[in-house]
Amino acid sequence: MASAPQLAAPAPLAPPSGRRARGQDSISSWPLMDRAGYVACWAAGLLLCALAAVIVGVMLVKGISYLRPSLLVQSPKPSPGQSGSGGFLDPIEGTLLLTAIGIALAAPTGVAVAVWLAEYRRPVGLARAVESGVEMIAGVPSVVLAFFGLLMFARPALAFLSQTSAGGAVYGRSFFAAGAMMSLLALPLVVAATREGLTQIPAQMREASYALGKTRATTIRRVLLPSIRPSIASGATLGMGRIIGDTAIVVILLGSSLRLEGAGGAPVLSTLRGTGGTLTSYVFENSPAGEGNAPQKAYAAAFVLLMMVLALNMAVARLSRGRR
Amino acid sequence: MPSPSPTRKRLGFSAERRAELGLGAVAVGVLAFVVAMLVTVAVKAWPSFAHNGYYEWFSPGGDVGVQLKAIINSPADPAHYVYHLRAWPLIWDTLLTTAVAVICGLALSLLSAIFIVEFAPAAVRRVLEPVVRLLAAVPSVIFGLIGILVVVPWINEHLISQGRKQSVAEVVQLNGAGLLVASAILTVMITPIMVAITVNALAAVPRSWTEGSAALGVNRWRTMWRVSVRAARPAIVAGAVLATARALGEAIMLAMVGGSRAFAPNLLDGITALYEPVRPLAATIITYKDNLSVVPMSQTLYAMAAVVLVSTAGLSLAAWAVKQPLKRYGIRI
Repeated sequence: MASAPQLAAPAPLAPPSGRRARGQDSISSWPLMDRAGYVACWAAGLLLCALAAVIVGVMLVKGISYLRPSLLVQSPKPSPGQSGSGGFLDPIEGTLLLTAIGIALAAPTGVAVAVWLAEYRRPVGLARAVESGVEMIAGVPSVVLAFFGLLMFARPALAFLSQTSAGGAVYGRSFFAAGAMMSLLALPLVVAATREGLTQIPAQMREASYALGKTRATTIRRVLLPSIRPSIASGATLGMGRIIGDTAIVVILLGSSLRLEGAGGAPVLSTLRGTGGTLTSYVFENSPAGEGNAPQKAYAAAFVLLMMVLALNMAVARLSRGRR
Repeated sequence: MPSPSPTRKRLGFSAERRAELGLGAVAVGVLAFVVAMLVTVAVKAWPSFAHNGYYEWFSPGGDVGVQLKAIINSPADPAHYVYHLRAWPLIWDTLLTTAVAVICGLALSLLSAIFIVEFAPAAVRRVLEPVVRLLAAVPSVIFGLIGILVVVPWINEHLISQGRKQSVAEVVQLNGAGLLVASAILTVMITPIMVAITVNALAAVPRSWTEGSAALGVNRWRTMWRVSVRAARPAIVAGAVLATARALGEAIMLAMVGGSRAFAPNLLDGITALYEPVRPLAATIITYKDNLSVVPMSQTLYAMAAVVLVSTAGLSLAAWAVKQPLKRYGIRI
């Protein structure tokens, strides 16, 4: 899966210590070019570690020095100075809401597509087309997804999912719209994880179920899906990480407003039809590139965002360890 | 493939059939979505290409910033919409940042994948694998924030001399944000994708091949380089293609650290070109997101989105095609 690098534990080609013990291959006896390659490998590995350390280090230092508990519980306020602009409660709520909508749409769809691809796969030509279609969705940049979503949700037929201006123009930006497009970011990850899980189920499990007189649909629902629950969960968690980290869809399709602005009507529905912002858009708008330009707030929000992503990352690691 | 259930015909064929059709419908829906996206974006983008001419749209000529401003300020009368755009600087910036990032990322990822698979001691490997996962998971806006608040000021103070700034002062202002920062951070963002794919492929090379090489007295580096890396070449290519698609579509980070000007760095400037601002297609879309209500501007932005969409979709298909033979060896990436 391209968009979700997930390292399988690589089996070492041969135990290095054993080879060295036999004295066949000591690095000091290698030609100069080979030794240079060896050193370059170490340098590359250490560079990656150093980069990760710098990123986490900078965010830790800046984040902790600017993060106040009050920031987490105050709503943002428009203000020219950094001191008066409030906290980022609304962006946190926006992030959680958008992630929930996105994964609620992506998980069932992704599992359905993966089950069809792995278990039914008829006609084969169509299955291959769907496979490449999922691959294409994985490669489409979120900025383009957001643009397409804007076209789709600004249609009069979908006006009930966002706001309509007095002149009858459909705004097209809402939590519904952004959540639907966000689900496409997570979809390929869920599909890949579920298929991976299904292909690893031993044939005996299916055969045992058939032998008990179960149909294929029942086997899928009662035997196969329960046994790959950890795979589905880790795919969905990876997908949530993608959704939390995406900015372009929020900026274009959610309005990137400071507060959650409901569209009137029933309380929950109005929020879902209304605009808002997430932590990513809050960071973007408060960075020097955005309109707010409050770097301290941006650092603090980015720190919270990074902690969420790290927590999801650890959850994925734990889920995939449990699977092995 | 599971063998069909023997009792399927007697025990509820219709429920069975319904399940298959239902799941198939969802899958076809996903496919229909992709087609709808390609068609809708192309239709919306059509006027911009049609007014400029396909070749002219991609060709150089004039300042893109000025042209876009004229499009935003075009009169409300549809007959007098302004569409004039020569988008070459944006495309050149896209190509330049992507090429630099993919070439650097390819070298970095290949070396670190070899390191993870072959040379790293177990303790280092246990650190490195989560590190790669972490780098892959960091949101682009955080990369952008660190870039614009830490890296850009540092480069502005320590790397760009006053003389260099004055040498191009009439053409462009150098403030640290530009090609160097953009492609360096882009490299860090796409490397984990390539590392993950390359590690899987290198680890899946049959052990007998490398053992055969070792038995001939070939050392571990040469075995990796001449046997494993060559066997894994399709996967490395697929990884690079996917990383290219990712780099083409990166918008937020590049909008933050590229310097907010559509400028085509002149490679003849030598080192100075590294500090000149860039703004690729996707970043330009983000920069002008608030002007979508102006009809010709939105059509122009959709034209840029269409270029990005078609190229990334083509790259995804290419990567998918390159990966197919690997499945035979049981390598899943």
